Amino acid sequence: MKTHNSSIEHLQAEFDARIAEDAKIEPKDWMPAAYRKTLIRQISQHAHSEVIGMQPEGNWITRAPSLRRKAVLMAKVQDEAGHGLYLYSAAETLGMSRDQMIADLQSGKAKYSSIFNYPTLSWADIGAIGWLVDGAAIMNQVMLCRCSYGPYSRGMVRICKEESFHQRQGFEIMLTLAQGSEEQKAMAQDALNRWWWPSLMMFGPPDSESANTEQSMAWRIKRQTNDELRQRFVDQTTPQADYLGLTIPDPDLKWDAEAGHYQFGEVDWDEFWQVVKGNGICNRDRIRQHVKAHEDGTWVREAAQAHAERKAAAAEAA
Amino acid sequence: MSDHKLPLFEVFIRSRRGLDHKHVGSLHAQDHEAALGYARDVYTRRNEGVSIWVVKSEDIVASQEHEAESFYDPMDDKVYRHASFYEVPDEVKHM
Amino acid sequence: MDAQTQQDLFEYTLRLGDDALTLGHRISEWTSKAPFLEEDIALGNIGLDFVGRARLLLTYAGEVENLGRDEDQLAYLRDIRQYRNLLICELPIGNFADTMARQLLVDAFELPYFQALSQSSDRTLAGIAGKAVKEAQYHLRHSSGWVVRLGDGTEESHGKMADALSKVWGYGPEMFITDEVEQRLVDAGIAVQREELRDGWQAQIERVLEEATLAVPDVSWQVDGGRRGEHTEYLGHMLAEMQFMQRAYPGLQW
Repeated sequence: MKTHNSSIEHLQAEFDARIAEDAKIEPKDWMPAAYRKTLIRQISQHAHSEVIGMQPEGNWITRAPSLRRKAVLMAKVQDEAGHGLYLYSAAETLGMSRDQMIADLQSGKAKYSSIFNYPTLSWADIGAIGWLVDGAAIMNQVMLCRCSYGPYSRGMVRICKEESFHQRQGFEIMLTLAQGSEEQKAMAQDALNRWWWPSLMMFGPPDSESANTEQSMAWRIKRQTNDELRQRFVDQTTPQADYLGLTIPDPDLKWDAEAGHYQFGEVDWDEFWQVVKGNGICNRDRIRQHVKAHEDGTWVREAAQAHAERKAAAAEAA
Repeated sequence: MSDHKLPLFEVFIRSRRGLDHKHVGSLHAQDHEAALGYARDVYTRRNEGVSIWVVKSEDIVASQEHEAESFYDPMDDKVYRHASFYEVPDEVKHM
Repeated sequence: MDAQTQQDLFEYTLRLGDDALTLGHRISEWTSKAPFLEEDIALGNIGLDFVGRARLLLTYAGEVENLGRDEDQLAYLRDIRQYRNLLICELPIGNFADTMARQLLVDAFELPYFQALSQSSDRTLAGIAGKAVKEAQYHLRHSSGWVVRLGDGTEESHGKMADALSKVWGYGPEMFITDEVEQRLVDAGIAVQREELRDGWQAQIERVLEEATLAVPDVSWQVDGGRRGEHTEYLGHMLAEMQFMQRAYPGLQW
């Protein structure tokens, strides 16, 4: 008979071996409590980002400038709701209920991507979000397709497949504006000016200050560091901005032929932490709207439940 | 308030005729009928599915980790269940 | 096609297009405000169905008119008096019961209406209607399911559902008015006689309300005017928002 201790050690060894051979961890597998906790934090934060992210873009659905754009934007925001749902579903396999995740979001205990605390002021912002914010998100998500936790990885594969049109539609909006009137070009440039730096912040703090990166890499939840992803994003996006004829608002941005990368300026991490702490323009509005929708829906959910129970009771009696 | 306890459903989709239903994820709904409707909305927004199953998560019986050895190991020695157990000459096609 | 029929057909297609556009716009206002995430996604699908239908119909209206107006010019550059939708489609979304009450009345009408229109001698309209039938089947299942759940849910939801029905009920009869324009198209085998659908619609609604333990609203008022461009005050605000970009930056591509 094994002692309790050695059986934990045995399970830990099994877990470590699975990670080492790049096998997936599945919901019923034993996993270290810290691994589970990290995943719940990360997946629920990711889910909340999708759901809160619906707000800044939803802000322009009723004002979209053409019916085609309106339909595309509706479909895109609906996709985000779907992606939030896939992710909540993945987090639920770890034993966290959606109700609890929503309560944590609303109380401020759980975070969402800070980028969504910036306002969408003009139509060009919808283009910039698709091009830059979705572009950055996809880079992160492609990496997460290889995450060690099975349900998260499978959810990511699904999301990446569906999101391929999101960035393209954003770039298409920017291209139309960049080739349009002076007013439209100015609108596009202004959007790039406002969304560029927050997009770079989406990859998280620099590796030197990122508390979680090392452990997440060891667990193969993350496969690349924040700085690696950020560099790749700059490398991919800069030529796209050139193509649009728009100027990235970074005087230090320049091609480094030797390194084969763009060098870029220092991200304003004070601003990042300010927004994370709640001092962005929209933090309070985002949560307030989420709480309001949830509370306005309470009587609907209660009614649905009451009716389902009555129907089930009637079926049983029959 | 932690009010609603809309039950959790697992969703299985047959994306094409001739394929098995495959687990795609879960969702919350008030009853089976609504769960089917939402499964269509959530998991087949791009017409992925031709057939959907929904099952209450609580009704799924799964093998437990600690039983895994007794559950799966007896299968391991029945290699004759696997096609690769049989040697077929290369000239024989369509097997 | 003679000039009268062409003019009638333009008017008729515009009406159906405006119905779909205003209702689709309203449903899109639910984005990120639904009672739970699954329902947000369901409403997104329904809204997309209506906006998609609006695009097909307004594009066709522009072709029939033959003055070079496309879907966007028709949607964004007409003012309220040129809008031809039914009043019921432009009403604000209200609460979830209000939205489902409106939807039940409209969906129960649209399903048989588009079934009939799919037999139209106008092949474009018949094609659009054929697609709309499939959508309306799903919409009706969704809205009638919710009216039943809310009616037969809690005391609070029952009260809200009954209230919602009584607020929207008087906008229903406008769906059944066949005026001269549509009558000429009915005679030509193009449009559908609306009055003939009323009894079936009433019976369908009553079946749903009975299951929902709700009474047919006892209201004596009814209003119409949308087809003549006589709208509620709500539509002006919807158009101000919807048309903002095209009005603020005229003549640009987006």
